[in-house]
Amino acid sequence: MSTLNYNTVNEITDFVTRELQSDDETPGSLVFKLDRRQFLKLTGMVGGGLILGFALPKTRAETTDATFQPNGYIKIDSEGITLYAPNPEIGQGVKTSLPMIVAEELDVDWTEISVVQSEINSAVYGQQFAGGSTAIPTNYAKLRQVGATARAMLVQAAAEQWSVSPSTLSTELSQVLHAGTGQKLSYQELASVAATLPVPAPESVKLKDPKQFRLLGTRITGVDNEALVRGEPLFGIDVSLPDMKYAVYQKCPAIGGTVQSANIEEIKKMPGVVDAFSLEGNGNVSELLPGVAIIANSTWEALQAKRALNVEWDETQAAKDSWSAAAKEAARLAQQPMTQVANTGDFDTAMTASTATAKGFYQYHFVTHAPLEPQNCTAHYKGDSLELWAPTQTPGWAIPTAARLTGLEASQVTLHQMRCGGGFGRRLYNDFLFEAAAIARRSKTPVKLQWTREDDVRYDLFRAGGFHQMDGCVDEKGKVTGWRNRFITFAPGGRPASSVSGGVFPGGMVDNLRVEQTALDWAHRCAAWRAPGSNVFAFVVQSFLDELAHAAQRDSLEVLLEVLGEPRAIGGGRRGQGMHTGRAASVVKLAAEKAGWGKELPNNSGKGVAFYYSHAGHIAIVAEVSVGGEEDTVTNRSGENVKRRKLTVHKVDVAADVGPIINLSGAENQVEGSVIDALSTMMDLSITFENGRAEQTNFDKYRIMRASASPAVEAHFIDTGEYPPTGLGEPVFPPLAPAVGNAIFAACGYRVRTLPISEEGFYLG
Amino acid sequence: MKINVNGTTHDLGEINPRTPLLWVLRDHLSLVGTKYGCGISQCGACTVLLNGEAMKSCLYPVSAVGDAQVTTIEGVAPKDGTLTPLQQAWIDLDVAQCGYCQAGQIISAEALLRKNPTPSDDEIYAAMDPNLCRCGTYIRIHNAIKRVADENKSGQNGG
Repeated sequence: MSTLNYNTVNEITDFVTRELQSDDETPGSLVFKLDRRQFLKLTGMVGGGLILGFALPKTRAETTDATFQPNGYIKIDSEGITLYAPNPEIGQGVKTSLPMIVAEELDVDWTEISVVQSEINSAVYGQQFAGGSTAIPTNYAKLRQVGATARAMLVQAAAEQWSVSPSTLSTELSQVLHAGTGQKLSYQELASVAATLPVPAPESVKLKDPKQFRLLGTRITGVDNEALVRGEPLFGIDVSLPDMKYAVYQKCPAIGGTVQSANIEEIKKMPGVVDAFSLEGNGNVSELLPGVAIIANSTWEALQAKRALNVEWDETQAAKDSWSAAAKEAARLAQQPMTQVANTGDFDTAMTASTATAKGFYQYHFVTHAPLEPQNCTAHYKGDSLELWAPTQTPGWAIPTAARLTGLEASQVTLHQMRCGGGFGRRLYNDFLFEAAAIARRSKTPVKLQWTREDDVRYDLFRAGGFHQMDGCVDEKGKVTGWRNRFITFAPGGRPASSVSGGVFPGGMVDNLRVEQTALDWAHRCAAWRAPGSNVFAFVVQSFLDELAHAAQRDSLEVLLEVLGEPRAIGGGRRGQGMHTGRAASVVKLAAEKAGWGKELPNNSGKGVAFYYSHAGHIAIVAEVSVGGEEDTVTNRSGENVKRRKLTVHKVDVAADVGPIINLSGAENQVEGSVIDALSTMMDLSITFENGRAEQTNFDKYRIMRASASPAVEAHFIDTGEYPPTGLGEPVFPPLAPAVGNAIFAACGYRVRTLPISEEGFYLG
Repeated sequence: MKINVNGTTHDLGEINPRTPLLWVLRDHLSLVGTKYGCGISQCGACTVLLNGEAMKSCLYPVSAVGDAQVTTIEGVAPKDGTLTPLQQAWIDLDVAQCGYCQAGQIISAEALLRKNPTPSDDEIYAAMDPNLCRCGTYIRIHNAIKRVADENKSGQNGG
């Protein structure tokens, strides 16, 4: 595989990781360093717009119309009040929650405003991306300031009109009020005057006391909901342009294979086919892989031609990946020492001195992102420009690469952000977009590239499988004294897909701790998948902690709280919001209390608890399950015979501390959805590979959970008022699987150590 | 070939009769509310009403439509611009996350309630299990249908 490079995958994955650990409060703050002329040039904004900025000189702008457009986020004119949502919407709710922050400080009537997806322009908005649960924490302070500054200017405009002091005025529902006289002026009436005012110094702008918030923390329905229920076009796949043609792209089913020959002339004669040609690819696995493009008059005709396409692949450089061989090798490696990545205290001595020990070999399969909207992108290449319509999580990063691949400058590329039918990390990587750009370059008309579901699975950047040999011990008091985590991951292109570190739980909480790691050669691309790393590490470490609690014959909850220990910060973490054991203990106690931990349960029922810190969120889950008796024997994916057992998940209590909640409805939705996604994933989701090919490529074999298996889910939020808000798209996912696994053990004494647990015979009922 | 969609008859000309209804709706009639998700009748994103019955359109050849009335998500709401009780419940309960499956979900729910205005929990599950939601909004989907079923029970929806 030496000819392929994985640089783009690695760069993006590194960026998301860095972003998570960054202490920079406002990575998107570049806009505030621009002067007015630069801003107008970058946005193409003309007329009476006035730029609002933290670092702007106090200049008086000329006004030519009645539009108050302080910056990229707010526009007030005779048409109404428009707020611009800067980041991609992938189902995490930011098209609603980010404008809510502006609206709160601006004091507008939420029911009267419109929300519009902003243009993609890093000079104005900074990095516009969806990933790492970062949209809220990186935008919160900035968007409050944006709203409050515009509000101050509208108040000043009213004060000048009425010749009163601004301090005598208040705002409510898009109006400035003067209590003394009872006079009112709407923001729209004040827009033209506000547009002529100097921008107040940032330190002079007063933010609201959060206790005065009227909008934040309430339940607000998504801004696109009416369009969604009416079936209006919103998504990338819905794009339609005059003269647009429909494209498909066939790549080698084993990644890395190249086109030797293909029946292209035959394909060109098929009904509706406009053109067919092969593309060489550029060797970068997440930019452009080699393949055959077909352009047709309709999607169906393109798909029919793709079916008739017969390609002779040269697979000498292609993937040879085999899951069964990897699993066998991992089981062997697990018994040997590996590269040490963390070592505190003395694990061996702790084991020797211990009263009880536990060991377990944990493993998890590969999974695919499977956003329900298969990858697609519409591209229009006009020789000196490229226009893209894309459901992407990283529009800003797509532009320079699309330019390079089509021989253009980044300034010649325009990208229209489309709503994404799911993301889960898949659309951080823009290979589908680059394919569309490369195909459009050969087409006289705009083309919409459509991946099939099979393409979407086969050419995913998977969540890597992995293996952990866990060993640990407790002392005579039942305290966890020793912990060793030997981790075997996969290394696509020679770089490990995932890493454990000393910071992974229970780092900093157990005296004698050793972490070791090694990796298996691999070709298929692996990358960020909802709550990367944490989405599987939580299962391993929180299940194994439960094993140690049982080895010590102690209550799992008590042991978890003991390990967390005294309230203190553990490690660094993003924006000063690393893991804090006090916040952790609070959510653990709350989940336990809400779930009625310790209460008698019927036979074959049990409760399990798990905690995990990820993406700056502290989350505890208690799951209540019942387990049926052993049924018939079935053969699992690994060829082993296992007894089928029915698992019912009755109730899941989630306690979350992500600071203050922005949109309570959206937050509850993320909690419910994360629980169901995590349950679905742990139950039966697996991609296995043989002969360099994924063995499951559609929903018939990749069986996502259905509605009838849904448990009851309750979300409980803690906000102590001490911390700023953090994201909720990811952190609820990780602790669900161990909570359910621990509950299974409590119910029937069987320890699940493999994901998906259908490998051990369990099915949901 | 002609088909009737949302009360309007469309002439499809010399279309390949094997073209799935899904792609006819999306590419030929610009009714893109009906979504492509799997192409093998597994996910339900492409669900439409065929004479009031829920039907996955991704494998359904357009030639099989015949005289049947096709209703897509664009055609469920009354012509006066208001919404159906289901659509309103979907908004009020903020059901969607990414929203991609929701047209198919609403169509399946619509088919259920037309036949059975007051379904039980198990009847709702049986009707809705063919529709995948990758974001996991099943709880809200269920609650939205329950709300309309409860309204139907108490006669609030003119029932």
